Amino acid sequence: MSRSVWPTCFEKSHPDRRGADIPALDVPVKENLLPAELLDDAPPALPEMSEREVMRHYTGLSRRNHGVDNGFYPLGSCTMKYNPRMNEVVSAWFGGLHPLADARDAQGALRLTYDLERALCEITGMDAVSLQPAAGAHGELTGLMLIRAYHARRGELAKRTKILVPDSAHGTNPASAAMAGFEVVEVPSGADGGVDLDALRAACGEDTAGLMLTNPNTLGLFETNILTIADIVHNAGGFVYYDGANLNAVMGIARPGDMGFDVVHLNLHKTFATPHGGGGPGSGPVGCKARLAEFLPAPVVVKREGGYALDADRPFSIGKVKSFYGNFGVCVRAYAYILSLGGEGLKEASEAAVLNANYIMHKLRGAYKVAADRPCMHEFVLSTENIPGLTANDVAKGLIDRGIHPPTIYFPLIVREAMMVEPTETEPPEVLDAFCDAMVELKALHEANPGALGEFPLTTPVGRPDQTLAARKPKVVG
Amino acid sequence: MIPNDRKYTKDHEWVMIDGDMATVGLTDFAQHMLGDIVFVELPQPGDSVEAGGRLAVVESVKAASDVLSVPAGEVVESNTALEDAPEKLNSDPWGAWIARVRVTTLNEETLLNQDAYAALVKVEEEKA
Amino acid sequence: MRSYVPATREERARMLASMGLTSMEELLRDIPEGVRLRHPLDLPGGLSEKEVLAALKGYADENVTDRPIFRGAGAYRHFIPAIIPALASLGEFLTAYTPYQFEMSQGMLQAIFEYQSLIARLTGMDASNASVYDGATAAAEAMLMCRDSTRRQKLLVSRGLLPDVLAVLRTYAPCAGMELVEVPLAEGLTDLAAVKANAEGAAGLIAASPNCYGLIEDIASLSDAVHACRGLMVAYAEPISLGLLKKPGGLGADIAVGDGQPLGIPLSWGGPYVGFMATKQRLLRSLPGRVVGETADADGNRAYVLTLQAREQHIRREKATSNICSNQSLCAVMAGIYMTAMGPRGLREVAESCLQKAHYAAERIAALPGMKLSYGAPFFMEFVVESDISSGTIDEALRGKGIVGGLSLDDRRVLYCVTEMNTRQEIDALVDALKEVCA
Repeated sequence: MSRSVWPTCFEKSHPDRRGADIPALDVPVKENLLPAELLDDAPPALPEMSEREVMRHYTGLSRRNHGVDNGFYPLGSCTMKYNPRMNEVVSAWFGGLHPLADARDAQGALRLTYDLERALCEITGMDAVSLQPAAGAHGELTGLMLIRAYHARRGELAKRTKILVPDSAHGTNPASAAMAGFEVVEVPSGADGGVDLDALRAACGEDTAGLMLTNPNTLGLFETNILTIADIVHNAGGFVYYDGANLNAVMGIARPGDMGFDVVHLNLHKTFATPHGGGGPGSGPVGCKARLAEFLPAPVVVKREGGYALDADRPFSIGKVKSFYGNFGVCVRAYAYILSLGGEGLKEASEAAVLNANYIMHKLRGAYKVAADRPCMHEFVLSTENIPGLTANDVAKGLIDRGIHPPTIYFPLIVREAMMVEPTETEPPEVLDAFCDAMVELKALHEANPGALGEFPLTTPVGRPDQTLAARKPKVVG
Repeated sequence: MIPNDRKYTKDHEWVMIDGDMATVGLTDFAQHMLGDIVFVELPQPGDSVEAGGRLAVVESVKAASDVLSVPAGEVVESNTALEDAPEKLNSDPWGAWIARVRVTTLNEETLLNQDAYAALVKVEEEKA
Repeated sequence: MRSYVPATREERARMLASMGLTSMEELLRDIPEGVRLRHPLDLPGGLSEKEVLAALKGYADENVTDRPIFRGAGAYRHFIPAIIPALASLGEFLTAYTPYQFEMSQGMLQAIFEYQSLIARLTGMDASNASVYDGATAAAEAMLMCRDSTRRQKLLVSRGLLPDVLAVLRTYAPCAGMELVEVPLAEGLTDLAAVKANAEGAAGLIAASPNCYGLIEDIASLSDAVHACRGLMVAYAEPISLGLLKKPGGLGADIAVGDGQPLGIPLSWGGPYVGFMATKQRLLRSLPGRVVGETADADGNRAYVLTLQAREQHIRREKATSNICSNQSLCAVMAGIYMTAMGPRGLREVAESCLQKAHYAAERIAALPGMKLSYGAPFFMEFVVESDISSGTIDEALRGKGIVGGLSLDDRRVLYCVTEMNTRQEIDALVDALKEVCA
């Protein structure tokens, strides 16, 4: 595709056209049902387009976008695996169910919730799970609220004000901790990329509410000292929180609950293959050990004689974090995925994810700097730091021209010119090889002609947009 | 290059002191490191600031950084011209002040003079 | 068992060999023995596609969704044109993530830009973000905007907000260091005198219109009351009603939030929906989450980007305006398609149809002996009926007739919702069934 502008729906609007209709009124029309002063003179200035125009408008927009269905998408920490279409089909079967339906009319949804919660408990090694949080960051906030509620109930909240967060953590971790009302203390990484134990010991104390950790961490490395880390925090009276963004590395191999973690959130849209939807909806279930379970969001699904029910009588619950029961439609897809793979299949998925990541890392080790010199888990971090004049951004834009979505760039913050690569298990070796070839080719292009990558991408509808202009004079509506 | 009519901080801010009034801005090195500045969150006149407390926030496309106040005192004025033209911090760092603070306490010993700051910049440039 | 791993056993062995390895275990050696799971996960064995479909059908068949329904209370059944699921299932939208790489994501960026524009036009505001999780979390984020903009720690919240919205605010408030002052209702409407009495020192007021009883609130007067004390007005709006009613932006609201579910998104037992947040220009930079902006490339081609990112968690970390990362993009796109397809006339017709049918139903129900409307204020498509008969008895009786009745608010009051989906025949059947109950 060459450079082109796609007119907006407003630019395509023609007076008196419309793209949808509803049944004619079948009740007698009454005038003046509402006082005139409540009514607007005209309806909102929405565009006026025929149904065919709407179809073409959005179909045209879709062609200016790249998804997992289009090609390789090794966006680190995001687990862009294949999203099975079957799961879309089954999710639609639950579309008509009203959230306030009588429990007798919602037995299927209640039973599915119950069964998915049990499955997620087994996968994570936790004792209880809530599906209410809508996304990973929302799960983090919810998990931290459980920790907060626990300390509050013991009268220690005034004292336990600090959440420890490694400097390699996802930005959501410190942001969630702040939103939950905690003070954030950053813990530096050691030379091996893991948590610096001495720094952790120094940071832990009577004011520690908990530690948030991603394992494997954002460098794709398993925290080999995880049991010691958990002990240090527990001995200080704090909780250890598992950021489940990287769970795809360890399903069936190791469980957060067995590593000393007390609370986890999962990203169903990452690990459990639900589509990312261009940025959401996701789903961020929270799991916890028994001593935190009474604080989970209400209501919870319970199994009683005669059927499943919602139990809102939870005196110590933190309350609700979202309307109704979470992004249920996403949960249905995730459950279908778990049923498809079974326990063995989930383990196979994680192993293949680790294999694919290591395969690429091994092949690119000579061309780019690898942040750590040990086997990675499901992702790893490359850097252009060894190649004078080449930036991660230039490499990213070159990949776009080769039909490949770039890795996550400039994260984690502790690596300069970082490119975080997560191939996932659903890519065959020939796709991995093509990616490696593209990476090597881009480096060679740069070395032959420094600055050559600066003009990429050439194949997209637009070139590199001016972000400074966008932020200085924001135009956010048209 | 680095003016000698003012003092500097290790965080690459400049402070011009006139009686009990301190005017604060960012150095040329600071604006260079931040890149294109797109927005400045200015304090309101009447706000009180602590020494080392947040006076303002400057944002570039990919970063946000706090401008810390050297003196403790009360904000008297902020440079509202930056609201519509934050780029002045890039184009005229020595002229584009951010805020004026009426000083109640100021530890001048923490401030660097022209030569000391020039030396600091040299070290930082070599690191980068 | 299904597997989505394409590499064959031989290919995997070859990949290991290329690294000088012979087994997967060698790649997992960093995991300490003490934390390795040495038994299989206790989950059922994997299933074929046909078997999974059958299993899920089993769950779905235990739900009952084919009856006429007169229940809303925060989730509304409206007609969903076929083009919405068709377009939302295009792989380029469905299987993409947050548009971090702008050149490769212009389609999603423009779709979100158009969504923001449509929401701004719908609510009469200047700016919108790219969505948050739902209406309740939008209200919670608005609370944080009020706190940060006014540096005040007290917020007024109307009891006319939906119960779940209030519940989420109560959960978030203590974490945010906010004290909630719950404003009671008078005759079903937010008590203006109570707002005035408590507005001093308040960061703002959050109130819904139509409120949790379907009644249309006087947002303009509420706005004036909080503005008099330099607080912010947050209007929780129902989007379909805005096809007819005055927009929050024109009534003095500083922030408009709500749930976009009625705009073409299925009920789906409560989610995924989409929370919208719109505001006036001066609060643009206080909006949480993603915001798409228009700019140009070096050749002057119009281009879209994620902008104002320095407010966000991935840059600002603990100082971010919010922790939100993933939002509800695809639902936002669905809402955008709905608004584009309906257009101004279509949206007004939907709103008019809801209004007419709800009033047709309300009038007939209120005419039944022993039943009356609880409130006299103007309502949109929901209304509360009270009677001497217990709500549970009514619900069971309607159930017996194959009708999903209104939501029981307490033992004597039922909240009914009527939309364009309810035919006259359904409404008449509801009234007939209620008549039997009354007799």
